[in-house]
Amino acid sequence: MSVLSLSRVSLHYGTSSAPVLQDLSLDLRRGEFVSVIGRSGSGKTSLLNLAAGFVSPSTGTVRVDGRAVTGPGPDRAVVFQDDALYPWRRVEDNVALPLKLAGVGRDERLARARDWLAAVGLEGQGAKHVWQLSGGQRQRVGIARALASEPEFLLMDEPLGALDAMTRDLMHELLLKLWQRSHAGAMLITHSVEEALFLSTSVLVLAPDPGRVVLQERFSFGRRFLAGEDPRALKSEPAFIAARERLLAAIYMKEASRMKKQGHMKEVG
Amino acid sequence: MVDLSAPAALSVPAAASRPGLRRLPLGLVLGLGTFVAVLCLWVLASAQGWASPVFLPAPARVWAALVRVATEGYANATLWGHMGASLWRVFAALVFTMLIGVPVGLIIATSRIGRGILDPLVEFIRPLPPLAYLPLIIIWCGIGEPSKVLVIGIAMLAPIVISTVSGARAASESQIRAAQAFGATRVQLVREVMLPAALPSIFTGMRIALGAGWTTLVAAELVAATRGLGYMIQSAAQFLVTDMVIAGILVISALATLSELALRLTERRFLPWIGKS
Ligand SMILES: Nc1ncnc2c1ncn2[C@@H]1O[C@H](COP(=O)(O)OP(=O)(O)OP(=O)(O)O)[C@@H](O)[C@H]1O
Ligand SMILES: [Mg+2]
Repeated sequence: MSVLSLSRVSLHYGTSSAPVLQDLSLDLRRGEFVSVIGRSGSGKTSLLNLAAGFVSPSTGTVRVDGRAVTGPGPDRAVVFQDDALYPWRRVEDNVALPLKLAGVGRDERLARARDWLAAVGLEGQGAKHVWQLSGGQRQRVGIARALASEPEFLLMDEPLGALDAMTRDLMHELLLKLWQRSHAGAMLITHSVEEALFLSTSVLVLAPDPGRVVLQERFSFGRRFLAGEDPRALKSEPAFIAARERLLAAIYMKEASRMKKQGHMKEVG
Repeated sequence: MVDLSAPAALSVPAAASRPGLRRLPLGLVLGLGTFVAVLCLWVLASAQGWASPVFLPAPARVWAALVRVATEGYANATLWGHMGASLWRVFAALVFTMLIGVPVGLIIATSRIGRGILDPLVEFIRPLPPLAYLPLIIIWCGIGEPSKVLVIGIAMLAPIVISTVSGARAASESQIRAAQAFGATRVQLVREVMLPAALPSIFTGMRIALGAGWTTLVAAELVAATRGLGYMIQSAAQFLVTDMVIAGILVISALATLSELALRLTERRFLPWIGKS
């Protein structure tokens, strides 16, 4: 069972003394779905960049199955917040790019790209230009492209951030099915507590200054959805709502204590 | 005045919804208007005798010169011979400069060592006036066709290189990182991401380079040419055949406009994604 593990990593950008991430450890196994939530600036993207190999940790190590990660690689596919598609390639050629880079022949890679497009609900849209798609369709192309490389780990940075609530719900169900089909280990950065809860086998809450894990919990709502339970019933279960409140409390914990401190200082001053 | 401005005002919302489609006629109308106005002024000036025909021949005489060179020929060749020679030189120079300039630009954009070596060379060549290096090229390469193509090519080099360098930076960080995450090698990254992202900018560079090429043409044909539009103009100028000089200038301007149009059409046909993020 492959595992992507960050152990005791810290990250400083440039020469700045304040670390963006401090002493953070995280294991992502194949077949797991880990979500990372936290307020803006808490270091979520930085964490994903470390896992992807776009940046190196200042201290600590990033390993895949014990081998140190020295840069990005095809075992870890990334879905970017801005879809990062190539407008000069048609939709199916975007999805086929990872296969082209891996040396797969033209006919085979296009056939496989069309399969993945069908899997994300974009059957027959492959010959279109990227700019002829809607925002949600483009995100699905980005996900199809990442899956086409058949990665061991799928790293996603707020891939649904730009979508409306209805499309998001549909995308959640799609993501779970794709995750199950690909057997990849998924890491999802998100702002949405409900999204994290519904999708993940494990949720991490990151607090800022410096970025660190303040809460980690395991959940099974996604697995139960895949086993056939109704998503809306799952999301209105008392267990779901209680978990949501716990996570929200963890996210706003620092804020609350800081505000209390400021209030206290006002009283003193 | 009133009924002229009314349709213009009405066409504004249409222009907003379909950019470039409805705006074209207004630009075309204005451009044609300027053209006609200048022509009228010219007719008036020569009819009134404001300038001697040696300085400013009547449009009809320029037209006659154009017909004469097209049918009987002037200065060793017909108009088609001159045009062919000049077009060949300008486009050979463009192809040749693209083959060198685009790779050089990509190297400057992607390699610090390459940048250190090549950037000063490009900066050295960039401001040189063609008439200044023409003698040197002739001493080095002789008076044949290669030195003419080379003179034009050197004038085209800087726009091509500079536009390639700035275009290669057009790819977004995530577009580059995506390719890296899919295992792209350096060469693959340049070929699949940076070069395509640079194409719009390279096309702009080509248009600037073509302009520089037509500008340099007359200089390139100064020495030991036997045909070419620049040569034709110089031969005519030596005998004060002003109508032929003006005819030559108009032909160059028409060819430059046509090549610009051809480039724009190519761009629209092959780079439909320009301006669509
Ligand atoms: N390239 C960089 N250079 C310097 N500082 C950076 C860089 N990237 C991020 N930072 C800083 O690191 C901190 C964490 O940034 P990061 O992008 O990881 O946050 P995030 O949790 O992804 O935020 P968001 O939810 O807004 O995307 C921020 O304070 C940011 O200013
Ligand atoms: Mg972020």
